[in-house]
Amino acid sequence: MPRASSSDGAVPQPASTAVAAKAKPVKPAIRLVDVTKRYRRFAQSHRFLTLKSAFVGGNLFKILRPDEVFTALEGATIDVAHGETFGIIGANGAGKSTMMKLIAGTTKPTEGRVEIDGKISALIELGAGFHPEISGRENVFINGVMLGLSRAEIEELYERIVQFAELEEFIDHPVKNYSSGMYMRLAFSVAIHVEPDILVIDEVLAVGDEGFIHKCLDKIGEFKRRGKTILLVTHGMETVRVLCDRVAWIHAGKVQMVGDPMRVVDAYLDWVGEHVDREMATEERRRIADATGGSGDVARAAKAEAGDAGDTAAVSDEPTGADSAEDGLSDDRGGSEARETSGATETSEITESAESTESTESTESTESTESTESTESTESTETGETRETADPAVTTDTTADASIDNPYEPGRWGNRSVAIESVRLLDGNGRPRHVFDSGDEMTIEMLVSAAEPTGDFVFGLGLFNANGVSCYGTNTDIEDFKAGALDGDATIRFVIPSLSLVQGTYYLDVATHGADGTPYDYHRGLYSFRVNSRYGDVGVARLPHTWEFEGAVAWKAVGGIKAKPAAESAAEPGAAMATPTTPDLE
Amino acid sequence: MLHALRRVLDHRLLIQTLVMRELKARYRGSALGFLWSFIHPLMLLGVYSFVFTTIFTPQRGDDTDPYALYLFCGLLPWTWFSSALAEANNAIVANGNLIKKIIFPAEILPIVSVLHNGVNFLLGLPIYFAFWLWYRPEGLSWHFFWLPLILLIQFVFTLGLSLFLAALTVHYRDVRDLLANVLTLWFFASPVIYSFSVLEDQGRDLVVNVLQFNPMTHIIEGYHAAIFTGQLIQWKRLGVTGLVSLAVLILGYMFFDRLRDSFAEEV
Repeated sequence: MPRASSSDGAVPQPASTAVAAKAKPVKPAIRLVDVTKRYRRFAQSHRFLTLKSAFVGGNLFKILRPDEVFTALEGATIDVAHGETFGIIGANGAGKSTMMKLIAGTTKPTEGRVEIDGKISALIELGAGFHPEISGRENVFINGVMLGLSRAEIEELYERIVQFAELEEFIDHPVKNYSSGMYMRLAFSVAIHVEPDILVIDEVLAVGDEGFIHKCLDKIGEFKRRGKTILLVTHGMETVRVLCDRVAWIHAGKVQMVGDPMRVVDAYLDWVGEHVDREMATEERRRIADATGGSGDVARAAKAEAGDAGDTAAVSDEPTGADSAEDGLSDDRGGSEARETSGATETSEITESAESTESTESTESTESTESTESTESTESTETGETRETADPAVTTDTTADASIDNPYEPGRWGNRSVAIESVRLLDGNGRPRHVFDSGDEMTIEMLVSAAEPTGDFVFGLGLFNANGVSCYGTNTDIEDFKAGALDGDATIRFVIPSLSLVQGTYYLDVATHGADGTPYDYHRGLYSFRVNSRYGDVGVARLPHTWEFEGAVAWKAVGGIKAKPAAESAAEPGAAMATPTTPDLE
Repeated sequence: MLHALRRVLDHRLLIQTLVMRELKARYRGSALGFLWSFIHPLMLLGVYSFVFTTIFTPQRGDDTDPYALYLFCGLLPWTWFSSALAEANNAIVANGNLIKKIIFPAEILPIVSVLHNGVNFLLGLPIYFAFWLWYRPEGLSWHFFWLPLILLIQFVFTLGLSLFLAALTVHYRDVRDLLANVLTLWFFASPVIYSFSVLEDQGRDLVVNVLQFNPMTHIIEGYHAAIFTGQLIQWKRLGVTGLVSLAVLILGYMFFDRLRDSFAEEV
């Protein structure tokens, strides 16, 4: 983006603008100097009093005092040069729209100055001036006048406006009969054809279908090329990255950061990540408290059985539909019951698992019966893992079940002879996190504590996505670690050098149990983390891959927004291949 | 003030367009459409003539004959006044989305309300003159040419009040409810259905003195003089009314301007 950098050079860094910019002969297109906006709220009760005193005392202005003052924007200083495409990002309620309104002039700053150089057109809300009863044609004229065009100018632009909106056939119908898409297309078309020097766009690209959005982006690109100033408020980070020369990030009414889109967007996304992180941490603490607080001992047994059944299947190398279906069902119902009435769940759970086993496939019934009887002997896996192993064969089944509603109820059970004291997710620098980028290093750290010395222990874990589909699971037993001795505290780290997951929220099961499957401490779904990915690839896991091309093939952009369809198609085979994941990968 | 005037003039195309929009949108979807602009005053005339010539027969002098013409002469401007106020009072609140989203001076909205009801009034005039010629084929007196002056005074007065009410309603929606009743009282306090001169002749000084303070009294009397009786308008009274109207406009605008910044936040 050579243009971006050149305009960057032309504009002094915003922090130091006030002084530096003054020296420039050219005025910035938009300049905010220390702008503060406070909104006043008047309480309803107060209103009556003021009305009364207004009439009695006749002093309306003095009495018209706010009950509450809300600062929407504080000390904002921004310079936008002519020809610059400037983005404003920030969380909801951060003050973006207030800033837009101040720039557009629909509200005035409480303190500070807003200077605009040039004709400004604000697409703050499209179609604001449309009257539903009159035709599209008349509305185009009225809207055009509202946006500052003369009659002659509108007549000249009229054909193009209608054509751009693709409304030739309907232009003489009253606007009230338009679909919302048609309405928005017409409104956008008028606003964009007004030919302002400064175009203010507030999250309006979210309307319209794919095709129209592309037209809008093209039009904005054309504006850019012609050296118009564009101010863009959006939540679409890709749009910001692609279109903007500079970006301001507004947070809690303050300009947090101004500068290069990549840098600001990254900083913003980091903040969003931290925010999500905090939320997830809170959520996690609540789940752990819930699970640990209630004595779900009985429920645990049933769970373990269910798990065992699966494990058996896995070990005996028989891919069974019964298993996962069973898991899905028992999780679903058993879990929720366990949460409400953990004491009484036992029976129902067992019957459920039995039921589901039967219902799924009669052939499998033997196996699961077996498992119910001889829980102890069969296996030692934690349920998560069990499921994991069984899953591949039954993905369809599980997902079908999973989609009904959350199949994956968090819980905790086991005799705690080897208790999991804490679980942390660490990034490459050893910092605890809940948000990771696809490809990051992630370490799952478990602190365990054995009440008494033991020689029978297995550590395991399982990863599930938000649909409850198992992404991966393993344990030390499966991977042929032979237990020696455990006495007192120990730290177990499961290191994933590159987190190959697609974007989404994932839940983590961790467990300690005996080699025979007796649960010591099973944490189901108590921990969660989020994976962000630049790409919209789909599936269960993101397979490490590269693209190679030979022959007459060329790309306009690589890995950018334009290449997205390509990335998606890449994910398709990935998804297909991700399914038959084998547990013995490591 | 001059600055304000220039700003409004700069937006005359917008005002014109919005007035047209109101006129067009108003009768959209009705079978008679624009004809309603003519039918409304006719029906109003019918109703009032029936009530005041058949049911009640208020005392009136010869100067109100034919009564239908007299009544119509005051009723048309009164309708302009009352419907403009009722609409302007709501103008800012009802057009909240415009105030918030599009940049233009907010005073345009009450101005549009007053103007578009003024257009309706002007459209009623030809009907009035048609009746006039039917009753009095000899035509109008030259005092008719005072009409634009009276129109202007009424416009200024109505606009001043409209600005005040529109701004006040943003903060106190109560004004809407109050206004309807105030307008009813005001109607009877203006010489629309009765003759002001009769009151004077009867020597009811108290009533006369009170009604003297009503600018609409003199404005309606002005219409009566210029159109109905064909006399010279009452110079002094109308002159004072004109000055009062101007003061109302200036104060109304100042009030409006003072509250202007709160509109986008309160509507």
